[in-house]
Amino acid sequence: MSTETLIKQQIADNPILLYMKGTPDFPQCGFSGQAVQILRACGIDEFTHVNILENPEIRATLPIVANWPTFPQLYIDGELIGGSDIMLEMYENGELKTLLAEKNA
Amino acid sequence: MSLQEIITEKLTADLTPTALEVIDDGAQHVGHASNTGKGYFTVNIVSEKFSDQNTVKRHRMVYAALGDLMQDEIHALSIKAKAPNE
Repeated sequence: MSTETLIKQQIADNPILLYMKGTPDFPQCGFSGQAVQILRACGIDEFTHVNILENPEIRATLPIVANWPTFPQLYIDGELIGGSDIMLEMYENGELKTLLAEKNA
Repeated sequence: MSLQEIITEKLTADLTPTALEVIDDGAQHVGHASNTGKGYFTVNIVSEKFSDQNTVKRHRMVYAALGDLMQDEIHALSIKAKAPNE
């Protein structure tokens, strides 16, 4: 399977998916750690993550596939929500919690 | 020319902002595990071109304006992109 196909499958198959540096319990970058904290603050403890530091092909290919150069990247229902500053903005104005609550309902 | 000046120039040329602030956040991230020596910046930008665009599209426009800098020079970019009436 090509890396691009793998990425598209991951995005399609996982309703809440975070591409990040490190793992939720041991993030390797402050922005990835912040993304995890925001999800948890929205009541989301179960979500799929991909550690791009252990998947160099994904790290190299995802920015091209997604047309988005940086990590973390949050996908909900197959759609790119954004990186950590969009997540923070959407957390502060309540949009993210609403979006995630609709998913859990 | 500093990276900060290059970023300012590229954004000005591409997005014709009515307000633009490029802040070098590098000092806050010295010694971080993932700090490879590349730049950390915050961009506050107001442009007519952001009207009727959602946040993801606005950020993509900023990334597109910076081109290869995002791969080569910039580690992290915090973006606040607004249209003039917001």
